[in-house]
Amino acid sequence: MTARTRRAVNLAMGGLTALAAGLVILPLVMIFAFLLFQGASAVNVDFFTHLPKPVGEDGGGMSNAIVGSLILVGLAAGLGLPIGILGGVYLAESRDRRMPWLVRFLADVLNGVPSIVIGIFAYALVVLPMRRFSALAGAVALAVIMLPIVVRTSEELVRLVPSSLREAALALGIPEWKVILRVVLPTARAGIITGVMVAVARVAGETAPLLFTAFGNRFWHQGLDQPIAALPLQIFAYAIAPYDDWHRQAWAGALVLIGMVFIVSLAARVATRGRFSGVR
Amino acid sequence: MVDGIQVTGISAWFGGVHVLKGIDLTMAPKAVTAIIGPSGCGKSTFIRCLNRMHEVVPGATVSGTVLVEGEDVYAPGVDPVQIRRRIGMVFQRPNPFPTMSVFDNVAAGLRLAGVRRRADLQEAVERALRQAALWDEVKDQLDKPGTSLSGGQQQRLCIARALAVDPAVLLMDEPCSALDPIATARIEELILELRGALTIVIVTHNMQQAARVSEATGFFLMGEMVEFGITRELFTNPRDKRTEDYITGRFG
Repeated sequence: MTARTRRAVNLAMGGLTALAAGLVILPLVMIFAFLLFQGASAVNVDFFTHLPKPVGEDGGGMSNAIVGSLILVGLAAGLGLPIGILGGVYLAESRDRRMPWLVRFLADVLNGVPSIVIGIFAYALVVLPMRRFSALAGAVALAVIMLPIVVRTSEELVRLVPSSLREAALALGIPEWKVILRVVLPTARAGIITGVMVAVARVAGETAPLLFTAFGNRFWHQGLDQPIAALPLQIFAYAIAPYDDWHRQAWAGALVLIGMVFIVSLAARVATRGRFSGVR
Repeated sequence: MVDGIQVTGISAWFGGVHVLKGIDLTMAPKAVTAIIGPSGCGKSTFIRCLNRMHEVVPGATVSGTVLVEGEDVYAPGVDPVQIRRRIGMVFQRPNPFPTMSVFDNVAAGLRLAGVRRRADLQEAVERALRQAALWDEVKDQLDKPGTSLSGGQQQRLCIARALAVDPAVLLMDEPCSALDPIATARIEELILELRGALTIVIVTHNMQQAARVSEATGFFLMGEMVEFGITRELFTNPRDKRTEDYITGRFG
């Protein structure tokens, strides 16, 4: 191959990979642009501070759904993250061969279960015994969706911590549990946070599992054992309604939802940025 | 109390592979003992048996007796954590904790063992860094990341980290194999300075290094100890033909 053809092939391949990379971010850019176009006009102070207006009246906002989504996702993270991260540590650190294999396999299966099925599961597990829809049931459904993502990314990141660091710590006479807690997890922290943010972003937009768990609510939340509003539910309800004003608000809701995920991801990264980086 | 390290009939396996075959060896207290031999001869496995680090690898097993200052390391009921606290270890590649500063790296052993008082930690860190001949170079950058130092400095940082918990024994597993000649010379000077303060066992590929720093040397080959003796005698007048072949460079 001559130098000229080699350079031409290099250029062509470089161009193809750049094109592929561009295509990857194109949908996000388009979604953002479309949402801005459709929804920006309906995003105003009222949208963040007001409750929905009764049918037939223009105006009002989705403050209840914004707060409801924050509560649902926060509660789901509180339930799902500790279990998920500890489970990931177990998978990465266990010396047993069969049990981790089984858990890993089942976690991957759980990751593939349709979210509406997980909603049904939470309905049977929480809604039926409590005899009412509730924020708690919605949070349980979202937590179950988060679990496999958090477990698997935590496992991968804990595995990435070089064994030489574990050995250095063990050789200092530090018990294994302290080695994991004080050396391994801090080293894997940045990567685990990325995984956690992916999971949070994923469940923040889930609609199906909330349909018959959190149920939705046109008023302020009245406790964790009561139905609660959520942005995806409200967007769904408004989008299929026959009123133009509601359609505009649905677009605005979608825009706010994406914005919230973006801000939470950014804030988590900045707030937990350590002085020294570990595995990323 | 018997000082030094007495090893009797130590054998080690990785799964079904017998990598160390009944080694008997006595290492003198507060002296430097070198272990030499070609790659795969079991010399690293041997020193990892001394502080119970061999068993950390899944599927690895040990039999035999190791007495460190008279205490049976493998006696039933002995906590490996307590053993490792008294036996420091330095590895082939410098491995400072990447999330910790220079100070925190050296303080790690004490801090994770429950020492809280800032003054105690500061005193121990300074002492260890001075012992490791690193204090003058890093005293103004104690809060920089440990991984920001040069390779040779990182290895001395790891030595300081091991010394900070005041061990009776220091095990060094090819501590200079990832370092350039100048950094290697500094580590060797350091070993000579530490001699007399604690019992040192060093595994090395480098025969000149063994000759320079150690009082006694053991030659390992295929999981067995071929010869053990005063370093000068082993290198000038080996008793075994295989030792002679190895140190004259005829194999390995």
